[in-house]
Amino acid sequence: MGYKNKVAVLGAGLTKFMRRALETPKELCFEAAKVALEDAGLTIDDIDCVVSVSAPDAFDGVHRKGEYLADGAGAWGKPYMRTYVGGGSGVFSLITGWYHIASGHFDTCLVVAEEKMSPAMPHPQGAFNAIYDQFTERPLGVNLLWIFALEMNRYMQSYGIPMETFARVAQKNKRNGLDHPSAQPGIAGDFSIEDIMASEVMAWPVQRLMVSPVSDGAGAIVLASDHFARRLSRPPIWIEGVGWNLDTSYWTNRDLYYPRYVEKAARMAYEMAGIADPRRDIHVVEPYDPFAYKELHHLEGLLLADKGQAPRLLEQGFWDRDTQSGIPATPSGGLLGVGNPIAAAGMMKLAEIYWQLQGQAGPRQVRREIRRGLAQAWGDLMQVGTVVIMGK
Amino acid sequence: MKPFSGTSLTDHAVSTGEALVSFWHVKAHYHWDTGMAIGTYLAGLKQGKILGIHCSGCRRTLVPPRAFCELCFRPLDDWVGLEDTGKINTYSISYVNWDATRRQTPEVPAVIEIDGASPGMGILHLLGEVGDTLEEITGRLKLGMPVQAVWKPAEEREGAITDIRYFRPIVGEVSNLPLLSP
Repeated sequence: MGYKNKVAVLGAGLTKFMRRALETPKELCFEAAKVALEDAGLTIDDIDCVVSVSAPDAFDGVHRKGEYLADGAGAWGKPYMRTYVGGGSGVFSLITGWYHIASGHFDTCLVVAEEKMSPAMPHPQGAFNAIYDQFTERPLGVNLLWIFALEMNRYMQSYGIPMETFARVAQKNKRNGLDHPSAQPGIAGDFSIEDIMASEVMAWPVQRLMVSPVSDGAGAIVLASDHFARRLSRPPIWIEGVGWNLDTSYWTNRDLYYPRYVEKAARMAYEMAGIADPRRDIHVVEPYDPFAYKELHHLEGLLLADKGQAPRLLEQGFWDRDTQSGIPATPSGGLLGVGNPIAAAGMMKLAEIYWQLQGQAGPRQVRREIRRGLAQAWGDLMQVGTVVIMGK
Repeated sequence: MKPFSGTSLTDHAVSTGEALVSFWHVKAHYHWDTGMAIGTYLAGLKQGKILGIHCSGCRRTLVPPRAFCELCFRPLDDWVGLEDTGKINTYSISYVNWDATRRQTPEVPAVIEIDGASPGMGILHLLGEVGDTLEEITGRLKLGMPVQAVWKPAEEREGAITDIRYFRPIVGEVSNLPLLSP
C-alpha cells in the first residue's frame, strides 16, 4: 500500500508501576514523555504532533481525559488526538501515532499512554461494570471478573487444559518481572506452582495469582518518519506491521474458546509486514496477559501456536525467555509480572519489543537472535485486538 | 537504563492523612429507553417468554434480539418464541462482589445457549440449585448440561432480565461438551 512514510521508533520511556502513585495523571504523563524524549535524543520542540491514550474516564473521575492529560503529554499548541479502545488502547496508541506519520502529514509523533486506576472508590473494579449491557446484563449484579472467568472456563474445558498450566504462565511472567525496573512492588516474584494454585479463588477458575493487579503508571514512545530517523546516529527500529479488529459486542453469541478478533488483527499486521509464516518470522512476542490464560489464548490467536497447542508449547519451554529454539513470550514480565495500568501496560509491551530489538533489555534480554518482534493488546468486552510488529 | 520515576503511596499513608487526598462523590442517575428490540424482549420476559429474532439473510435466530443483524446489516422484525430451556456454554463460580469485597456463598454466572435459537446463541444469566461450595458446583456442572429458567411469579415480574430468577439443571439429563481436537 502506498504509505507516504515508513515509521521508525526512536525512543521509549516508562514510569514505575504502582498500586497507588502520589503523582497525578498529568505528572505521570510528563515523566514518561520526558524519559522517552531523552531516550530518542530529542526535545519537545522536535515533536510535530502528540497522541495520548487512557482507559475509562470513570477511573479518574475526570471527563474529557484526553484534554486533561494534554499538557503533561507535551501537546500544548500541537495537533493532538486521544484514542481509546479499552485494554487494547496501549498498543492502539502506537497504531494511531503510526498513521499520523505514515500519512505523510507529520515527521515526528510523541505517543503517551497513562493510567491511574487508584482514584476510584471503593475499588476501581466498580468502574468496569458499566461495560456490560445495561438491560440484559447489569441487572444480574455483574462484576468484571465474570467475563474473564467465563472465557477461561470455556477455553480450559474445550481443550482439557489443567490448572497447573495456567499457574506456569503466572510463574514465568512473575519471574521475568523481577528484572523489570517498572515492576510494581509485590507483583513480580519467584512463586512456586503450589503457591499459585493455592492462591485465593476469586471467580473460579480465576485465582488471585493468575490475575494482574490494579496499577498506576505511564509510558511513552517517540515515532519519526524514515527521512527524519535516518539523520540520527542510532539505527532505528521500524514499525513493519499494524493491525486492529473488533468483534461483536454480543459477546454471549461468540464461542469464547478462541479470539477471532486477535487473529484478524494479526493477519492484517502480518500481511503489511510481508510475513507468510509468523512462527518463523516473529522472534519475540509480548502477548497481552492480564490473566494467565489470556497469554496462551492470545498466542493461539496470533497464529504462533495451533489452536489448543499453546499450553503444550509452554510445557516444552517454547515461550521461555532463555529459549534458543522457541519464541520468548512476555520477557518483560507482562501485566502479571510488572503490573497493569491499563493503557500504560500496553505501552510497556511495545517498549519491551523496542528494547529487545535494540539489545537494551539488560537482564531481560532474550538469548536467541531476534530481528522482529510483536506486541499485542486486547480489550473492551473481550472483542478488540491490536497488534504492532517492529523490526530492525 | 536509568531508574524510572514514580512515588509509591501506601494505604497507611493515605488512611492516616500523611498523604493528602481530595474526595469527590458522583451523584449520577440514568434512565435508559429500552429501544425497539430489547423493549419487546423485556415485555416478553414479563409474560414469561424468551423471544428471539430471525434473520432471513444469515438464517440465524438471535438472542438477545436486536433491531438489525450485525452480520447482514439489515433490519429485523421476524420475532420467534424460544424455549425457556438451554445448555450451559460456560460458567464461573464468583466469590467477588461488584466492589471487589468477598462473599461467602458464591454466585454462579453462566452463558446459556437458549433452545430454539441458533447454535451458540447464548445469554448471560445465573445458575441456581447447583450447590454451595466450589467442589460441589464443579463436581455437578458440566458444559453442555441442560438447564431451565426459574421464573418469578407473574405478579412480581416487571419486564426485566431478573424476571428469570436463575436457570437450574434439568434433573436426570446430563450432557458433556465434547473436547475440541486441536
